Amino acid sequence: MPNEHSMRRVTAIRNGTVVDHIPSGQALRVLEMLGIGGKSSVPVSLVMNVPSKKMGAKDIIKVEDRELTQTELDRLALVAPDAHVAIIRAYSVAEKLTINLGTEVLNVVRCTFSNCITTNLREPLPHRLKVIGRDPLHIRCHYCGRPQDLDELIKNVL
Amino acid sequence: MAGLITMDDLTNEQIIKILDDATRLLPVAKGELFLPLLQGRILGNLFFEPSTRTRMSFETAMKRLGGEVVNLGDIKNSSVVKGETLFDTIQMVDGYTDIIAMRHPRQGAAQYAQDSARVPIMNGGDGAGHHPTQTMLDLFTIRQAHGTLEGLKVVLAGDLRYGRTVHSLSHALTRFGCQLIFASPKLLKMPTEIVSDLRESGANVVETEDLLGSINDADVVYMTRIQKERFVDEDEYARCAGGYKLHADNLADVKSEMIIMHPLPRVDEIHASVDSTRHACYFNQAFNGVVARMALICYLLGVTVPVDVESEGGAL
Ligand SMILES: [Zn+2]
Repeated sequence: MPNEHSMRRVTAIRNGTVVDHIPSGQALRVLEMLGIGGKSSVPVSLVMNVPSKKMGAKDIIKVEDRELTQTELDRLALVAPDAHVAIIRAYSVAEKLTINLGTEVLNVVRCTFSNCITTNLREPLPHRLKVIGRDPLHIRCHYCGRPQDLDELIKNVL
Repeated sequence: MAGLITMDDLTNEQIIKILDDATRLLPVAKGELFLPLLQGRILGNLFFEPSTRTRMSFETAMKRLGGEVVNLGDIKNSSVVKGETLFDTIQMVDGYTDIIAMRHPRQGAAQYAQDSARVPIMNGGDGAGHHPTQTMLDLFTIRQAHGTLEGLKVVLAGDLRYGRTVHSLSHALTRFGCQLIFASPKLLKMPTEIVSDLRESGANVVETEDLLGSINDADVVYMTRIQKERFVDEDEYARCAGGYKLHADNLADVKSEMIIMHPLPRVDEIHASVDSTRHACYFNQAFNGVVARMALICYLLGVTVPVDVESEGGAL
């Protein structure tokens, strides 16, 4: 595997999740979106700006003793739509998961516009963002139509 | 059932069909004929924000076609102030009515209501968002005057920054290949993202601060109100807004069929001397709010407007 070498920059983990092919410099954002880091009790290691044949440079995150769920992966799709995720059990890859940034991001983040109808958190319909373009990322709120800035959006993870 | 949330909900062909229906319904809108196409149907007027004109216009449209109207009533006394969600309000009104007209202070509220409802929602304004029924009546007025929407030269003047009316209208006119001239003070320019959106969809857009220099070869001059509150002080307002006023004296060299429009209410951007010129179209435009909404309600409810309204309709 071409990324075997770079994977080894961080020590192998026994159980947990490896997120590879994160766009270079986005690892901290990924952790933020997953709500992992600072206060979490699980060990996390990350490498940033590792040379990558496919991406030029990339970031990698390893989270020990925690298997990411599909909901968490959906969150990841916003910042690292092409990331590879591997669930590790007893030092080997037990499962490979794919991230898919579809045409809609449902109930992952809420719209950042202060006058959007969805700012009333008691409104029961799902938070819906439409993916208009992927590169560069262009996202709009399904309801108010406002374009969303990723830095702002990350603060609105549900 | 689908409603009208933004102008993107309608194709150009659908827009023209609705405008054609509206043209045939004119004698009914004027009260010369009675044609109860909507008898037995109920419109729910849900105005979470006061707007006498738009609300009255929906109500008149429904009643001219023999339909009934129920109103949300004064917001101060309604369940909304008790903290009811929009979703819950819509569940209730949806059960009572066949179609809903709505205005709400929050952007996206109309789409949200449509996603919560079974009946069609007509967006009568959501925050700084869309106001497509205004756009429909504006298009109707322009087409009525010029016989077409294609390839006209339209000047939009005044507050282009905050006026949602001019935003929706610019998009719609672009779809019909109109040339757009945006005349406004720097502070109230059309938002750059809208201008670039329009250019991306192929619009021919000119931005200027010179209104009077732009009107002589225009087919339509669409005026809007410049609000004092947008400026830091009275002097700044007077200095900026002064150039965005029309007086009959300014119209000496305009095209004879040029029309002046305004969503109303006006303050002093159109002098009363203009009212008696052949160019004044704003009162007719306001009246057209009824007929455009009549045709729209029929369209959304799947009610066919007869080809020969005169022979189907009865005397009042
Ligand atoms: Zn929104």
